[in-house]
Amino acid sequence: MNSLAIIDYGMGNLHSIAKAVEHVGADTHILISADPARILDADRVIFPGVGAIGHCMEELRRTGLDDVIREVAASRPLLGVCLGMQALMEHSAESGGTDCLGLIPGRVTRFPADMPDPLTGAALKVPHMGWNAVHHSDHPLWQGIDQDERFYFVHSYYVTPARDGDRAGVCTYGIDFTSAVAHANLFAVQFHPEKSQHAGLQLLANFLRWDGA
Amino acid sequence: MTLAKRIIPCLDVDAGRVVKGVKFVDIRDAGDPVEVARRYDEQGADEITFLDITASSDDRETLVHVVEQVAGQVFIPLTVGGGIRELADIRRMLNAGADKVAINTAAVFRPEFVREAAERFGSQCIVVAIDAKQVSGPGEPLKWEIFTHGGRKPTGLDAVEWAQRMAAYGAGEILLTSMDRDGTKSGFDLELTRAVADAVEIPVIASGGVGTLEHLAEGIREGHADAVLAASIFHFGQHSIHEAKELMAREGIEVRL
Repeated sequence: MNSLAIIDYGMGNLHSIAKAVEHVGADTHILISADPARILDADRVIFPGVGAIGHCMEELRRTGLDDVIREVAASRPLLGVCLGMQALMEHSAESGGTDCLGLIPGRVTRFPADMPDPLTGAALKVPHMGWNAVHHSDHPLWQGIDQDERFYFVHSYYVTPARDGDRAGVCTYGIDFTSAVAHANLFAVQFHPEKSQHAGLQLLANFLRWDGA
Repeated sequence: MTLAKRIIPCLDVDAGRVVKGVKFVDIRDAGDPVEVARRYDEQGADEITFLDITASSDDRETLVHVVEQVAGQVFIPLTVGGGIRELADIRRMLNAGADKVAINTAAVFRPEFVREAAERFGSQCIVVAIDAKQVSGPGEPLKWEIFTHGGRKPTGLDAVEWAQRMAAYGAGEILLTSMDRDGTKSGFDLELTRAVADAVEIPVIASGGVGTLEHLAEGIREGHADAVLAASIFHFGQHSIHEAKELMAREGIEVRL
């Protein structure tokens, strides 16, 4: 039986993601854990997260889970979700400037404030909240997912990877921004697959079958 | 392609059943909330909102079970409102599988509650629900006030200023209901919606008064709402969510089809 660990470091609601993975992973043993040994025992790991990056990085360092994530990334498939994706980068402008895990070169910045809505001309809202179309690369995690399929997003900051080759999905919201990154064993998405209906479940199912690079 | 405008069906739940009253009378039974939620998910709802209109605390537990069941089979964002007064209420709903909670009266009584909730759980799951009524007379500059208790109690709070304050306190979204229009099927209060939507940086969900599919499109185009919420128009099979989205798409509004 395959096993999957969802990293619990006190940042947000892990029930939704666990329920979605249960739904697609009948043959997968799922655990939500903060215990390094148990996380490192799993075949695959999901690194979720909501909230502010400053608090997220503090918690990861305090619990030693930052090093666990580095070890996971070197040895087995890791799926970063939302804030979990941003934390993989080198640096975020959020929380007064925050050094992140640096597993993927690149930075995290806030959406500009003055982007006009193409429909009404009013200022686009930040957070970027709702269903947006992801123009995706060719990667096993996109298998069976239509090009420009919509996924559910909630975020005010977005990542910009330094290497073009790490970009696995792009969205448009006032500007073009990276909505998925992939590098070796790492795959990370800005949207919430657990809240993105069929397409999101398909991505999670693909992750449960993926053996990394 | 860019961000889609959202259509959110709302289920008013009383003692475990979906009900819909017009101006709080003539409550009609509209079915089992789990079945109704599944149907809306299949029709392409972008999110689902449950509003608990139950009076007793026993029946509150019923909604927790409803949310648990829905969250195990419907994988789109779920919001729960009604009776959210303490951090423990939020924790209970999130644990049951809700993604957001809507805070209404408790925010009026103690605005700091919204700040505490956003700090504890993140802004992304804190929706502040605002029930507003027009209080300006004919010929006066438009003004709306916040009311509680189903529109019976005035608070003296200006709706636009209140929305800005709630955004500053960490609300992730505003659910704006016109108490003048709620249940009338005469369309959103577009001036109110636009006044609030243009005044805050966070998304605004328009609510109250939808009687036709065209009303939904108006809320977005003229009200500048980011999402539109409706209940009875979908409950009794009058229209499906898919129909609503097709109409909006024909009018050039980007939707998830």
